[in-house]
Amino acid sequence: MNYIKSLSGDDKSFEEKLFAIIKSEFPTEQQIYLNHIEAQNYQLTAEIVHKLKHKISILGLEKSYKIAVEFENNLLDESTELQEEFESILLIITNFLKQL
Amino acid sequence: MNCIIIDDEATARAIISQLCHNIEGLKVTEEFPNAIQAIKYLNQNDVDLIFLDIHMPDFTGFDFIETLKNPPRIILTTSDTNFAIQAFEYDCIVDYLVKPISQERFDKAIQKANSKSIPVSSNNNSEKVETTSGNDLYVNIDRRLIKIDIPSIYLVEAKGDYIYVKTESQNYTVHSTLKKIEEKLPNTLFLKVHRSFIINVDKIIDIEDNSVLIKKDVIPVSRSNRPELMKRLNLL
Repeated sequence: MNYIKSLSGDDKSFEEKLFAIIKSEFPTEQQIYLNHIEAQNYQLTAEIVHKLKHKISILGLEKSYKIAVEFENNLLDESTELQEEFESILLIITNFLKQL
Repeated sequence: MNCIIIDDEATARAIISQLCHNIEGLKVTEEFPNAIQAIKYLNQNDVDLIFLDIHMPDFTGFDFIETLKNPPRIILTTSDTNFAIQAFEYDCIVDYLVKPISQERFDKAIQKANSKSIPVSSNNNSEKVETTSGNDLYVNIDRRLIKIDIPSIYLVEAKGDYIYVKTESQNYTVHSTLKKIEEKLPNTLFLKVHRSFIINVDKIIDIEDNSVLIKKDVIPVSRSNRPELMKRLNLL
């Protein structure tokens, strides 16, 4: 959250706008992720993980970001190692966004 | 300084827009979720600076740069550090920002953009895939330079990192871009009718609405290219 604060300079309207965008964009990307991983299309799954990891980073989830980076690399090697950990991160974000 | 933002992620566009907002004299004139919409805009508007994402579906940031004849200054924005070396092969790229972008790092990139001038009509890529000699075009396929008679080419189609060159006698798959081959083909004979197609106007069989028939290929004609195509025809 520090990242968003540093950008906004306490501009509440920007923070609200950004969270509204994330709340609208995140569930779509999460669904795309679930579709690709279920279809075992690892290349496309890696692409959407790549996009999701940006949101993980701007929300300030540093450890989760590292997991996402590793998971993306695993997918490019056609491995699903860290899938469970990554999906836990998605759940954390889902719950966080629900509270906003 | 006017700028545009091209990124398929709305969150990223909002953040870059805010980073710009924090800098005096930097104005975001438009934002685009894909490169195609940006190309249409740039056909009619001048900008000083482009913030460009590399990872976009269908048309990557590098594909986009290849379509620009005189690209303005470009700052790449990406979550991936793997393309840094490739990025600096392009004269127009002034900086490479890795997401999440801090205001401090962003400010430095803008300073670089302000201090860098872009050579006019610069060739973006040092790699020369085709060379021409009179009526011939040489294409590099599997390390062999193969001669193609230019007037025999009836169609060139872009397919990702490759182009398909179709001639009267044979078809060729060449690792190159539509932009590069367009520069080598005489514009008296050839016309780009769509972002993915160049046709030999002499080989047209018929035209229907927004498509042309060349040999057995039906080729789409984009709305913006249709007037130029119609100008080339000897209409009764």
